Amino acid sequence: MTRRRLRLVVEFVIERALFLSAAGSILITAGIIFVLLFETAAFLREVPLADFLFGTVWTPLFFDKHFGVLPLVTGTLLASGIAMLVALPAGLMTAIYLSEYAPSVVRRTVKPILELLAGVPTVVYGYFALLFVTPKLQALVPGLSGFNALSPGIVMGIMILPLVSSLSEDALRSVPNGLREGAYALGATRMEAALRVVFPAAFSGISAACVLAVSRAIGETMIVAIAAGQQPRLTLDPRVPVETMTAYIVQVSLGDTPGGTIEYRTIFAVGMLLFVSTFVLNLFSNWLRERFREEYS
Amino acid sequence: MTTAVAGTVGTTVTTRSRTARDWLFTSFGLLSTLLGLVALGTLLYDVVSDGAGRLSWQFMTSYTSRRAADAGIYAALVGSLFVITLTAAIAVPLGVAAAVHLEEYGGRGRLSRLIEINIANLAGVPSIIYGLLGLGLFVRGMGMGQSVLAGASTLALLVLPVVILSTREALRAVPSSLREGSYALGATKWQTIWNQVLPAAFPGILTGLILSLSRAIGETAPLVTIGALTYVPFAPDGIWSPFTVLPIQVFAWVSRPQASFAENAAAGILVLLGLLLILNATAITLRDRLQRHTR
Repeated sequence: MTRRRLRLVVEFVIERALFLSAAGSILITAGIIFVLLFETAAFLREVPLADFLFGTVWTPLFFDKHFGVLPLVTGTLLASGIAMLVALPAGLMTAIYLSEYAPSVVRRTVKPILELLAGVPTVVYGYFALLFVTPKLQALVPGLSGFNALSPGIVMGIMILPLVSSLSEDALRSVPNGLREGAYALGATRMEAALRVVFPAAFSGISAACVLAVSRAIGETMIVAIAAGQQPRLTLDPRVPVETMTAYIVQVSLGDTPGGTIEYRTIFAVGMLLFVSTFVLNLFSNWLRERFREEYS
Repeated sequence: MTTAVAGTVGTTVTTRSRTARDWLFTSFGLLSTLLGLVALGTLLYDVVSDGAGRLSWQFMTSYTSRRAADAGIYAALVGSLFVITLTAAIAVPLGVAAAVHLEEYGGRGRLSRLIEINIANLAGVPSIIYGLLGLGLFVRGMGMGQSVLAGASTLALLVLPVVILSTREALRAVPSSLREGSYALGATKWQTIWNQVLPAAFPGILTGLILSLSRAIGETAPLVTIGALTYVPFAPDGIWSPFTVLPIQVFAWVSRPQASFAENAAAGILVLLGLLLILNATAITLRDRLQRHTR
């Protein structure tokens, strides 16, 4: 009898311990929000929110300090925009090809190889962008600086391509076959079936993948820190050095900025902005996918 | 067949142009697919042709140096192995425990649902944000400084959501008949999980763990953010020691303008990729061997 009671106690204790581990994950989110809020609040006591969000000059490390984050935002948008120009068309075409056209042998070999692209450490892509892609591009694009948004943007697009193609392909493949067969029965070619029937049917899953890709590009750090330069400037010219939000955080971290100073706090303010934007994008992507799930199950 | 059906609908000319468009579209699809493969091939070729010449025993066993030709990867290699071992020691028990709870005990009420949504969201948070968390929490808040422990704790939080998600996948693949059989023999819930479910799911869990850890090995941004040093001419000798890791060493070398340092960076990348390859090959071999044993 006591042995049995001991067993029950053990069961209870183990369940509580497992529960604590699971609930601990909420503490991570809480920790992120707390740390970011704490330092950002201290930052905003010295710099008005409007100056931070709408200022056009970012020079917190200079003697004459300005805290307008817009140059970092445009730098981020420029690099991510270029990445999307590569990743979305190529990723979607790859997904359509693998899901609608390719024989299953090809799909089974190509998919894991493409996923290797996602497993390559980002610092390797940074090296590739700075020392291979930029010199090659300089032969093609006149006036391309050694640090620019174009090269890391393209390389980032290649890095994100498997994310887009993999998730979109899953969405395309979960479209019931009856829809395809119906289109063929009406005389559609494979392209017409793919573009007018299967693609629209999988649209919310595909758009979820694309939104996730944008979020990934905005948060990507090492490629832009290595190959885009560290000069915050308000421009949409892809040929000149720019600085992204993530690259700025890296730049400050490399120096020895003492805690409690305004320079130290800027990285948390920028981090807060980054966290909020990616968080909103991820929620949006989830919402799109949830809608998609309702359609076919 | 397409032509025949379409022929009855439209004229032969439009049928031909539609077929041509279909063919063009297929070619675009094939080209896009090749783009990814060619990019991967070029990347590997570029790194190997830049770095293979620099790879030597001297490179593997030397500390970094102000002179490119004398510099080596030793401190970063030991640092990476040390950090990743400690990361695993923190993240694996926590992650597996959380996954067991969510998969085997969960599904009751709002809290479980909240935890699930939270983990999915955490997996999408940019890694540099974890670096800021580590900086504020471990380095400054808990006073760990820029130590191996602070780095490993930061990476552990980073991989935790991935560990939880992949472990849940593995647990879900265990057939419920195994659990029912165990209950029928009078086993308690935990006895069932410990003696039946976990062993059956072990190969899958292990693969997921190794894949998450290989992600952590390649991470640069969070460790740079917590202030891991870029010039460390010694191997870490304890959890409180300052450290550097392979990707940071590569980053430091890439950042220097001299071509000789770029060669070092390429060689460093080869060591990093080699380490990832060994890890993944181990994962696959272990999984195959263990699966054969359980069946």
